[in-house]
Amino acid sequence: MIKPEFRHILAALLTGLLAANSLAADWQINTLMQQLALSKSGHASFVEKKYIGIVDKPVVSSGELFFTAPDKLEKRTLKPRAESLVLDGQRLTIDRPDKARLSLNLQDYPEAAAFVESIRGTLAGDKSALEKVYRLTLNGTQEKWQLILLPKYSRMSDLVSRIVVNGTQGEIRRIDFDLPDGDRSEMLVTKVAAQ
Amino acid sequence: MNRRLLPLALWFLALAACIAVIAQTRFVADLTAFMPRAPNARQQMLIEQLRDGIIARLIMVGIEGGDAAERARLSRELAARLRTDPAFIGVQNGEAATEARDRAYFFDNRYLLSPAVTAERFSAEGLQGAIERSLEALSGNAGLMLKKLLPHDPTGETLSLLEQFSGDNHPRQLEGAWASRDGTRALLLIQTGAEGSDTDAQARALDSIRSAFAHIPGRAADTRLLMSGTSVMSVASRERIQGDIHRLALFSTVLVIGLLLTIYRSPRLLILGLLPVASGVLAGVSAVSLSFGNIHGLTLAFGSTLIGESVDYSIYLFIQRAAGIEARRFWRTMGLGVLCSLAGFSVLLVSGFPGLAQLGVYSIAGLIAAALTARYVLPGLMPQQLKLRDLAGPARQVDRAFRFARHLRPLLLVAVVSAGVWVAWQGDAIWNRQLNALSPVTPAEQALDLSLRNEMGAPDMRYIAALAAPDSETALQAAEALGAVLQAQVAAGKLAGFTSPAQFLPSQQVQAARRAALPDEATLRARLAKALRDQPIQPARLEGFITDVQNTRQHALLTRKDLAGTSAALGVDSLLVQRAHDVLVLVPLRAPAGQELIDIPALDAAIHAAGLKEVTVLDILEESTSLFSSYLNEAKLLVGGGMLVIFLLLLFALRSLPRALRATAPLACAVIGVTAGLLLCGITLTILHLIGLLLVVAIGRNYTLFFDAGSHTGNPAQQRQVQISIVVANLTAVGSFGVLALSEVPVLSYLGSTVGPGTFLALVSAAILASKAPADAHAD
Repeated sequence: MIKPEFRHILAALLTGLLAANSLAADWQINTLMQQLALSKSGHASFVEKKYIGIVDKPVVSSGELFFTAPDKLEKRTLKPRAESLVLDGQRLTIDRPDKARLSLNLQDYPEAAAFVESIRGTLAGDKSALEKVYRLTLNGTQEKWQLILLPKYSRMSDLVSRIVVNGTQGEIRRIDFDLPDGDRSEMLVTKVAAQ
Repeated sequence: MNRRLLPLALWFLALAACIAVIAQTRFVADLTAFMPRAPNARQQMLIEQLRDGIIARLIMVGIEGGDAAERARLSRELAARLRTDPAFIGVQNGEAATEARDRAYFFDNRYLLSPAVTAERFSAEGLQGAIERSLEALSGNAGLMLKKLLPHDPTGETLSLLEQFSGDNHPRQLEGAWASRDGTRALLLIQTGAEGSDTDAQARALDSIRSAFAHIPGRAADTRLLMSGTSVMSVASRERIQGDIHRLALFSTVLVIGLLLTIYRSPRLLILGLLPVASGVLAGVSAVSLSFGNIHGLTLAFGSTLIGESVDYSIYLFIQRAAGIEARRFWRTMGLGVLCSLAGFSVLLVSGFPGLAQLGVYSIAGLIAAALTARYVLPGLMPQQLKLRDLAGPARQVDRAFRFARHLRPLLLVAVVSAGVWVAWQGDAIWNRQLNALSPVTPAEQALDLSLRNEMGAPDMRYIAALAAPDSETALQAAEALGAVLQAQVAAGKLAGFTSPAQFLPSQQVQAARRAALPDEATLRARLAKALRDQPIQPARLEGFITDVQNTRQHALLTRKDLAGTSAALGVDSLLVQRAHDVLVLVPLRAPAGQELIDIPALDAAIHAAGLKEVTVLDILEESTSLFSSYLNEAKLLVGGGMLVIFLLLLFALRSLPRALRATAPLACAVIGVTAGLLLCGITLTILHLIGLLLVVAIGRNYTLFFDAGSHTGNPAQQRQVQISIVVANLTAVGSFGVLALSEVPVLSYLGSTVGPGTFLALVSAAILASKAPADAHAD
């Protein structure tokens, strides 16, 4: 019973802190975004662990990520079950073996759009795209930075309460999604090659 | 005395009988009369069903103007108002409430609805496999969304039943209501309670929607309501047709009366002259009513064509009799003329177009009645000494014009030959094979319909598998059997998917089998414990699953009532159609992705191999296009045949090939000339143009006949009277058909623009080609 109120207070505190912090941090975010925007394409492997309340152990999956600036992102899950997710412009395509291809226009699914934009926008260093749906905070140093994305609107915050991106220089190392019900997922990213 | 009174008495009796029939006649104005009828009764039934059935009860609504939030508010307000109106049985606009009811229906009833529910799935091994797959699915991109389902639905039934609908398009959501893809329109889908064929009720429903929209409080003035759908088009075309009928009837009546008054200068002769017309109209309407059970508005509009033809009888009679032309001769010429007209119109009787067949019956009955009235009633009523206005002056002018016209013969021959060569050179390009060429729906209305339909994601209903069964339970069972075959086709990539009413509401038999597959609580607990032994999930976490399964076991099976308030209700109602004696099942098919066509013969073979003989697979587009094409060919044959019959009649009556050829040459000139003229104006020929050409021949031969007859009278004054009577008759025909050409309804304007100029050309050609008139020889 106390929990929701507690979260409210925490959110209020956080917002206050962020507001105070934002002036100082703004140029840092800009710098980080410029640095991220430098890499025009990337290829990385990932391991994703989902911590889900009713399942006793983390649900693990792994595969590869491909990014081509400005707006093409491919997430190719290889284990335990193959699945390919391609985001190209406004079109999201999901392919699974033995299933019909699923193809969506992101304009029709604003929540899904916000979700994938958090990764794509960070990779592309697209600050304005991120700020459409998230409040941004940057902590740490250039060597070990942490970008926190907090959803601006309730429709989005019902799905995800916080996204934390960790990285070094122009590289992303880890992305965490925190869900309102306490479940979460963490994705570790290891660079394979870059041009 | 008796010889004069008997025809009059019979005539009165006949008129009274006609009026009695007409009083009982139903007047209709739907769209279908001028669409071809399918050769196969079953296909015909299906096409009608699609056109008039549930699809015709759907009204697509768009709201434009204002901003997205305002449009969504208007959408919700409009929907709320219409939902309280019993005239509407369904209003969908993507509101959260309906979406929530939809989700609740599918989620709460998943163990009755999911095709995966079998006894094997609820064995320990089945449960273990299903749960393993659900856990595996958590690793995918949608994992964090799917996990919410897991505690209540560890076997993934919700997903497997929703997968059936993948590929279905829905409008996007904007501010809590459906919106077009570009977000500039709010969208609603409304289902009326009244039948689509009940145009009056549909018109009232459309008015209710407009008035509900207009009365929403605080509505910004720049917001607009758009509506489309079969019923919207039917109502609009009916209004257009009715407006046209009134206008045309008024125009041609005024025209003909004015013309007759100018010539006769006698109200008595005017009224007498209109008697054959009035008798013809009455006889025509009652004949159609008796043979078809109703009369179409368009048939009535053709009344003016009948006026154009039958008023000629009295014109010939009065003018030629006044000139003292021998009665027997005159009646023989006119009788032959009537026979030719009847031969022309009787071709329409065998037409595949119900509207044209009505027109044939109407014209034949009308012409016979008009001719009989002119022959037996008029002579008894008209004054013994006809005192016509002296037409000698105009007659002389006409004669001079005709004599001059003969000098144009070489010019006419050159023009006709070159026009003929030009038309022949264009070959097949002169025919219009477009399906909607005859439709009274305007291009703007068609464009709006297409755009709303696309935005709505409504199935285009091009490919349909259909079957009929005695009641809805057997119909649903048959739909399930068909669904199994179609599912195999989907798995093989031959289809993208299909929508069956059984997906929303399975048959009681299948529901009962699924319910029977669910184990009781103790058994389920035991099996679940076994299934979860090696899984990272505790049985205690799945209490919701056990409760839900037990709930389904104790609950009644689903019926149509349980769908109330969901969008699935519309799905079931449109695809499971209650008819007078049976239930029709429609299963729209979706072509594989990236492919527009479905291989129907292969699909037919697969369906028949499964022993489902009653299923018909239709390609509605192909069906209608090929029908249309075949009817164009049919019309070519009929019109050609009609022209041949007219020629043979002339040949038989004139007993001379040269005379018959001379009598038909002007008609050939008129047909070629008017065809070339239409093509020059960029108009390609439809069936109605063909019929129009036949009418040109049927009406035009009167002129050539009288010219021919006139050329064999020895009296120049009489001949001039014949000529002036022909000119007057021609003016009435050109006038009444010319008025038709102004109609907004394509069927009417096509006929008018063919027959008006055609009859005029026929007269001019007849004058030019007339043999050296004895008027020259016996110059006075």
